[in-house]
Amino acid sequence: MITIDHLTRTYGSFTAVDDVSFTARPGRVTGFLGPNGAGKSTTMRILVGLTAPGSGSATVCGKSFSELPNPARQVGVLLDASAQHAGRSGREILTIAQRTLGLPADRVDAMLAKVSLSEEESRRRVRNYSLGMRQRLGLAVALIGDPEVLILDEPANGLDPAGIRWMRDLLRDYANRGGTVLLSSHLLHEIEVVADDLVVIGNGRIVADGTKADLLAGAGTLVRTADVRPLARALVDSAIEFTHVDGGLRVEAEAELVGRLALDAGVPLTELRGADGAGLEDMFLELTADTQREQPTPTPLPNGAAA
Amino acid sequence: MSATLTQPSATAETTAPRTYDPIPFSRLVSVELRKMFDTRSGFWLLASVGILATLATGAVILWGGDDALTYDTFAAAIGIPMTVILPVIAMLSITSEWSQRTGLTTFTFVPNRGRVIAAKAACTLGIGVVAMVMVAAIGALGNVVGSSIAGVDTVWNLSALQFTMITLATVLNMFIGFMLGLLVRNSPAAIVAYFVYQFVLSSLTMLLASTQEWFADLQPWVDFNYAQGQLFDQVPSAEQWANLGVSGLVWLVLPLAVGLRLVLRSEVK
Repeated sequence: MITIDHLTRTYGSFTAVDDVSFTARPGRVTGFLGPNGAGKSTTMRILVGLTAPGSGSATVCGKSFSELPNPARQVGVLLDASAQHAGRSGREILTIAQRTLGLPADRVDAMLAKVSLSEEESRRRVRNYSLGMRQRLGLAVALIGDPEVLILDEPANGLDPAGIRWMRDLLRDYANRGGTVLLSSHLLHEIEVVADDLVVIGNGRIVADGTKADLLAGAGTLVRTADVRPLARALVDSAIEFTHVDGGLRVEAEAELVGRLALDAGVPLTELRGADGAGLEDMFLELTADTQREQPTPTPLPNGAAA
Repeated sequence: MSATLTQPSATAETTAPRTYDPIPFSRLVSVELRKMFDTRSGFWLLASVGILATLATGAVILWGGDDALTYDTFAAAIGIPMTVILPVIAMLSITSEWSQRTGLTTFTFVPNRGRVIAAKAACTLGIGVVAMVMVAAIGALGNVVGSSIAGVDTVWNLSALQFTMITLATVLNMFIGFMLGLLVRNSPAAIVAYFVYQFVLSSLTMLLASTQEWFADLQPWVDFNYAQGQLFDQVPSAEQWANLGVSGLVWLVLPLAVGLRLVLRSEVK
């Protein structure tokens, strides 16, 4: 359980985190979403005591992080996979963690196996690791204390598609076993697939907070049919707004209503579903429009595409 | 019918209240000690303590001349490289947390940064004492070997008390490195700062003392290098201890306090 309560942090006249409140609950993956520089990392650093809050509070497992007796046994943290001594091997870094936390020595091999780093890779110095391998190692360090809360800042960066799938399954399984996961990302699709709850931040402020299902409910319906014209006419007649998308329409209405209209108009549909993917992206761009460097456009973010 | 006995592991794992013991200080010390020497640079710094001690011993035997073959000469020859290497070891233990950004992990494992710094200080002290005991041993060996090669009497002209003073001076040097590490928190900058502090600054004060009479009188009280340097040559008098205390307060204790405060309050990124 993570509780952030009216957290504010300023740097001179710049407010990096502005009255942020949200909770991340056990058994759920909470996606912390926002463009670069929106305040995600600052919020997470305050949460784990690396940065002092200006005002407000952040607690993990009911306590402020620094009050936990052996914090890494309760909270696994991965803020930056590259923040490791380049001259240490992955195994050595895990050994330091294992010794600091007072864990049995076999946890090191168990964690290497869990994140699929081979024996040979574990003896390599981290300077020779790819970013993906560093993310795996960072996750191993976060998991080594068998914590009940995970705090991960952009953990999917640098992972290949198989790695992203692996991490998603790992986090899903972790939450299903009762763990709390707070996961930040600017990679919309990555968050959307794994998160149960979403917290969207822009310019240091929370702009949306709720379950993924609730937040996406207003995203509209995607409908496809061989010839969209009769359906478009029916929608215009019912005064329902829609936009043309590739081979179909995105309709600002519930799927059931669109289906009924199509039935009444005698239009055979090839696809009818909630427009989730596009919805989250639109929501993200809309909610954070003020903070975007680029003006919102219908094309995916470059960052999103890079995933 | 084993299925009926199987509980979802999730509930068992999360509902059981778990309690944890705080991390004991001794464990922090052992981990910090390991971190000082588990990298290539750390390993070679440690190795160079032994290598330079042996080289210095060899140099005295080869070029020292018969009357130089005394324990004092050996100990001094070995002790001088230690005044450079040991402070760098102390310094890097601090700065690498920032320069290599390992502090991000270290200070989330142990949010009480003061305990981490205290553990590093304990390691610094321990390494200083152990290294100087090793210097004494290698020096003694060199003295025995050197004098028997030259066929002269083995001269033991360094008292245990004087050696303790040299060890104290060396440990103070290490804490100068430690202090600069806390203040600067950047490996290359801290090393440069150490050389300026130890060698440039002391040359300047020496120059000033030789040209300005008023400073010559004042020097023992304001020049920490000078006051500390006396430890290498003699067991200080009461006034010299006072010199060391006063100048040390200004040049070591105060900046150490400032550095500590910076480390405790700064953001770790």
